[in-house]
Amino acid sequence: MIYDVVVIGGGPAGLAAAIKAHEEGGKVLILEQAEYLGGILQQCIHPGFGIHYLGEDLTGPEFASLFIEKVRSLNIPYILSAHVMKIEIMLPLAKKIQLIAPKGTKDIETKAIVYTAGAREKHGFEIGITGDRVSGIYTAGEAQSLMDLYGVMPGKRVLIVGSGDVGLIMARRLSLEGARVVGVVELMPYPGGLARNLVILRDFNIPLYLSHRVLEVHGRGRVERVKMARVNSKGKTIPGTERWIECDTLLISAGLVPDVRVLESLGIRIDPSTGGPVVNEFLETTAPGVFVAGNSLVINDLVDYAVEQGERAGMQAVRYAKNGGLPSMNWIPVEKGGNVRCVIPHYINGENEVILYLRARKPVKDATLVTGKKMHKIPVVTPAEMLRVKIKKEDITRPFKVEVSP
Amino acid sequence: MKYALTCIVCPLGCVIEVEIKNGEIISVANYKCPRGKEWAIEEILSPVRPFMSVVRVIGGIFPVVSVKSTGPVPKENMKDLTKLLSNVVLQAPVPAGTVVLHNPMGLKVDIVTTRDA
Repeated sequence: MIYDVVVIGGGPAGLAAAIKAHEEGGKVLILEQAEYLGGILQQCIHPGFGIHYLGEDLTGPEFASLFIEKVRSLNIPYILSAHVMKIEIMLPLAKKIQLIAPKGTKDIETKAIVYTAGAREKHGFEIGITGDRVSGIYTAGEAQSLMDLYGVMPGKRVLIVGSGDVGLIMARRLSLEGARVVGVVELMPYPGGLARNLVILRDFNIPLYLSHRVLEVHGRGRVERVKMARVNSKGKTIPGTERWIECDTLLISAGLVPDVRVLESLGIRIDPSTGGPVVNEFLETTAPGVFVAGNSLVINDLVDYAVEQGERAGMQAVRYAKNGGLPSMNWIPVEKGGNVRCVIPHYINGENEVILYLRARKPVKDATLVTGKKMHKIPVVTPAEMLRVKIKKEDITRPFKVEVSP
Repeated sequence: MKYALTCIVCPLGCVIEVEIKNGEIISVANYKCPRGKEWAIEEILSPVRPFMSVVRVIGGIFPVVSVKSTGPVPKENMKDLTKLLSNVVLQAPVPAGTVVLHNPMGLKVDIVTTRDA
């Protein structure tokens, strides 16, 4: 059996890709590493999912179930607990995926791949936290999975590193379930999360330490106290500002990194600014017929965007499989101008309407987003909120530059 | 008493100033739309929040199942509601959308499951 499209990762982007690819007439298989479909949505029990895509505000599991039901009703096959060991590209239309699953090892043949394996969380050692190696140190997502999938409280007095959305949402969950959140520590001089989540700090009287970092963990067997300090405008520790905070748990919410190890082993080009692969407007990587969507492509704030990318990748993957490749183009690079940290896609061809996803470096009020010759007025731009903008074919210029200016 | 609230109705994030005296609103300033004004008043007089938690389940897919309230609940009731739910134990199978508690604490909402268990 040779599939048209194998989707690696059964989270929102992958499920959306599989459904789209199936609807476009492709023979599709989904591989999922966990024992269940839906990805991180299953542990995101709060509302806020689907506002753009569905016009409805759902919790993570509810949003996931819409896609899972659809996959089941369309009889799209999937394998759970499936670990992809290796991908080999034999020929443009012959790709081999080496798999370990409960039924044993297996080689799966496919013409195209949609890679939607999501992201991994940064650990404490990646943000310079040293000290004792004790229990009680979790990433925010680990704590979320413990609490909201398995019903286990990670600790009683919790310090959270990072004021991004996951950290804030965990601050609320921990507070509601009876833990004391003793503070949220943020390296930047401004908070990282969306405004609606910053309300959580006020609701539960949680102090926010801006321009601070955690340096060291101390404890015997379990976290007992954590050293933090103020940082200057360059992010460097200011000597003499160190102090210890008593807590039994340290939650690291230091951001996500696209999980692209398998892609890297294929020699696919990675963009250091997103941590994900370089893609064209079909979300195809530098390996023809290998497409990427969701948090493996770029860290999205909204599941709606992950789904949108999944649908695009799924559709293009089928087109690739059916037509023996996508036509070569005169690609126009999307150039990053002032105050643009990252932008997806990296190459467009000027023949179609495209959707750009981008993030600014610094917050700007009354900003102008310049894309080619088009100007978009945006009242508030913050690095915490990804910008999504549709560009009409006639507004695409050569060269094509994107910039966020005051 | 004066409060400064960052509005969450839209991404603009107006810092709305609300002044109250003896539990009554005296003035609302710095808002750019009527929805923001309404939100700020509600946020001071009777703040409500969406509510979510987990409930124990025996024999299910996971040891707990996620639940939510069918409407927003007063902020001050969230902790007690969570405590109430910590005493609930369900028996699988429990399909998503099952009512776990009907009108708990007279809050005029139901607590329903949000995934299959």
